Amino acid sequence: MIERSRETLVNAVLAGLLLAAPLVATLLDEPFYVSLASRVAILALAGVGLNLALGYGGMVSFGHAAFFGLGGYVAGIAAFHAFEGSAFLSWPVTIGGSDQLLVVWLVAALVTALAALAIGAISLRTSGVYFIMITLAFAQMIYYLAISIPAYGGEDGLAIYLRNQLPLADSSDPLVFFFLCYGLLLLALFLSARIVAAPFGMALQCARMNEVRLATSGIAPYPIKLTAFVISAVITGIAGALFADLNGFVGPSMLSWHRSGEIMIFVILGGVGRLFGPLAGAALFILLESFIGGFTDRWQLLLGAVLLGVVLFARGGVMGLLAGRARHD
Amino acid sequence: MNKALGGMARGMALGAAGLLAGLGTAQAEPMKIGMITTLSGGGSSLGIDVRDGFLLAVKQSGAKDVEVMVEDDARKPDLAKQIADKFIQRDKVDILTGIIWSNLAMAVVPASVRQGIFYISPNAGPSALAGKGCHENYFNVAWQNDNLHEAMGGYVQANGFKKPFILAPNYPAGQDALTGFKRYYTGELAGEIYTKLGQTDYAAEIAQIRAADPDSIFFFLPGGMGIAFMKQYAQSGLETPVFGPAFSFDQGILKAVGDAALGVKNTSQWSKDIDNPANKAFVEAFQAEYGRLPSLYASQGYDAANLILAARDKAGGLEDKAAFRAALKEADFESVRGAFAFADNNHPVQDIYVREVVKEGDVLTNRIVGVGLAGHANAYVADCKM
Amino acid sequence: MFFAFLIEQLLNGLQFGVMLFLMAAGLTLVFGVMGLINLAHGSLFMLGAFFCSWIAEASGSFWIGLGGGFLAAAAAGALIEFAVIRRLYDRDHLDQVLATFALILIFSEVTRWVFGDQPLYLDIPPLLSGFLPLPGGGGYPVYRLAIIVVGLLTAYGLYLLITRTRLGMRIRAGESDREMIGALGVDIRKLYTAVFALGAALAGLAGGMVGALQSVQVGMGEPVLILAFVVIVIGGIGSVKGALVASILVGLTDTLGRIFLPQAFALVLPVAEATAAGSALASVAIYLLMAAILAWRPKGLFPVNA
Repeated sequence: MIERSRETLVNAVLAGLLLAAPLVATLLDEPFYVSLASRVAILALAGVGLNLALGYGGMVSFGHAAFFGLGGYVAGIAAFHAFEGSAFLSWPVTIGGSDQLLVVWLVAALVTALAALAIGAISLRTSGVYFIMITLAFAQMIYYLAISIPAYGGEDGLAIYLRNQLPLADSSDPLVFFFLCYGLLLLALFLSARIVAAPFGMALQCARMNEVRLATSGIAPYPIKLTAFVISAVITGIAGALFADLNGFVGPSMLSWHRSGEIMIFVILGGVGRLFGPLAGAALFILLESFIGGFTDRWQLLLGAVLLGVVLFARGGVMGLLAGRARHD
Repeated sequence: MNKALGGMARGMALGAAGLLAGLGTAQAEPMKIGMITTLSGGGSSLGIDVRDGFLLAVKQSGAKDVEVMVEDDARKPDLAKQIADKFIQRDKVDILTGIIWSNLAMAVVPASVRQGIFYISPNAGPSALAGKGCHENYFNVAWQNDNLHEAMGGYVQANGFKKPFILAPNYPAGQDALTGFKRYYTGELAGEIYTKLGQTDYAAEIAQIRAADPDSIFFFLPGGMGIAFMKQYAQSGLETPVFGPAFSFDQGILKAVGDAALGVKNTSQWSKDIDNPANKAFVEAFQAEYGRLPSLYASQGYDAANLILAARDKAGGLEDKAAFRAALKEADFESVRGAFAFADNNHPVQDIYVREVVKEGDVLTNRIVGVGLAGHANAYVADCKM
Repeated sequence: MFFAFLIEQLLNGLQFGVMLFLMAAGLTLVFGVMGLINLAHGSLFMLGAFFCSWIAEASGSFWIGLGGGFLAAAAAGALIEFAVIRRLYDRDHLDQVLATFALILIFSEVTRWVFGDQPLYLDIPPLLSGFLPLPGGGGYPVYRLAIIVVGLLTAYGLYLLITRTRLGMRIRAGESDREMIGALGVDIRKLYTAVFALGAALAGLAGGMVGALQSVQVGMGEPVLILAFVVIVIGGIGSVKGALVASILVGLTDTLGRIFLPQAFALVLPVAEATAAGSALASVAIYLLMAAILAWRPKGLFPVNA
């Protein structure tokens, strides 16, 4: 119980820090740190999505960039057609663009859910390293298709000239946009916590630990895992849509295997299967990237050394260091 | 190896000197320039050359009130965007520059220029920013991406080739390259193929070229792709003449291509033997400073800095943005390319030369053999409404 | 004419596949024996190419360079096995992925630091620079044939090593029961170091040979790494035979797809669109192949009983 409350405390401190940073930055008139905080929140959200599949469900997806990028492309393509006044599809029904965030999120969720359903249905027939590699293969397919299809910019990607909007608030204000990202992050964390605690989540974790036992108790693991995979992808997809709007840009680099690796790093760095692990991991990674990048060209060497140090000497990641080892490791 | 290390160290020292010069000034507002470029990973040699050329010009000018901040984008669009945000919002830069790759430029430039920041491109010139997406605060000192390919198309046609085989990677710059070539080469083609981006084995394509029996080959395969293609082409025993833009035959890369490049004609807006005082001074100073021959990219960084410095002097600072913009557009500086002006869409009007790879002693380098297109602008001027 | 063209393309596919096999053999051995996913395998490929190029330039001989690249990669492999990798054997795949990803960053930057930012030069040796005539016209570069021969000899050598030698016996024992082989008094640590160094040396050999065909530059190992992973997954992880079959399959699919898909599309579409669509499909062909094979046989073509 002591361990448990310590983790809750660490979680609260992390959430508080992420909320406080942009407020202080706004007071000091340093808008850059507001967008940096939004970046942390968005990438943490992507990590929360992956954590559901990877941390709780044991599905090591090396292809979550596919969902991140698809979400981003939904935002980019919707904004592109809204800006151009052209139609995405003119037959059999006319589908135009949209500059409304709520519409974009809904479509992003639908598109990533469908993609995850297809990819998951095939990939979940395999397990272990095969699963890692087949998810990577699907992501690579989408990556190469995005590069070679010229309609939406190919490798150059698409610029989003005007950030997608909300009905009542001004989403182009950095602080408002941060609150959006932060709100969605909290929502996703809350959802994750509920899912994990619910019977569905119990079954999911049981599927990770011992699939045969789950099956013998009368629950088929496959639909459970597939459902979790789809939910996981949708959360990451929404994060991708936010990321595109934050950057005002979407391109194939959002789909690359480096991106899949990065999302995975957030999760591992933070602590696999820890609710707030992705937040801790994303925050540390972004801070490292943006601050040591300013000091030296050799920053990737330092980044590599830090990552290696964490794996070798801080098992359980940042959360393991701060809040003790997970209860069942 | 040691030479490269020494060059790096000197580059860093120069950067620091630029910074100190900026800090030590008594004037109210130093001009702040944020340079986002690729300094690590595969394409780092291009970014390093742009940076070194740029800092050399700043140092030579002796300007005390210029602060240049340099950061590495690791060739990632979203990292470039993040650094741009930092430069604009935290460091309050007036000018951004430095990006090498078109996809990174597309992530950074549209949003930045709309916030009133000037962007001076020392390399990337995607068509999307030259036509409908042009902007009064965006200036490209290097080229529009199609330029070198257009010049090669014109040269191949003018020299009586009737059946070229053309190839490029399957991505926007590759598609622009072949379109640009065909804009000035209007005859028949022996074949046209798009290869995979990042591909390093061209045996299959070379066999296809042999089967198509062309009288010339035009290729655009930047970076390691071009090195691989040229080596494998030389090993294949084919002797059809090869033409291409300067990217695969420039100073930094020639040593890696080796003798396979000898005699190849390539198009470039700059060469170290362009005969004008500014260029001679540049080549000498660059060699003295860094201990290596300057590349195309170094010349572009050098010109970018000189353009900015000249415009600032003319406009008397950056307080009056309209005056500074007008001064940039006049481009009243000593370009190492000789004659230089901006077209209506803020892209260069310049001569594109045809060079040939030769050996000077043991060193592979280029020599100008003709002019591909004189006073050439670009195909997108009419689309640009500023 | 078409027949000669087809033979040449088949040889190209075979050569590409054999090169992939040299990469994949090390990966699959290391996974089979130690259960380790090594993303840094591509860095060893890169290291082999850099050392080969550097030593070849200094000594004036490609062959000394190739030997140097082979040994340097083996030494680097043994070094990282000793310093880092052996701490990862009892961890889950995730920790292995993260740690070896960190090794990629470190290797890339250190290589750039030591060898400079420009790509290096490496050419094929004069001895192998000729052509072999093909039936029906045309010629095939001797150097590429040599790669095929070296790759196939390596495959045969590995087969002998695994089935006929004491080391091979231990490797097989390690694959089937890791604890037991330790309990029987085999120095498991030395065995692991040896296997890892062997895999690294093969990657270095591939890097040196391919370095003469392409550009020796930082980051050259990553695309090959991904393909090598595709290969070992298709072949069945841990199976050297599977790796050989799958690498040739992947090599042929990629090469023939690149050439014939655009032409096939041109039968029904205008040339420009066919080129674009065909190239796009060709670039994902091997991933489609992999997804199809795994959907059909979830443990690859030659599953190793785990």
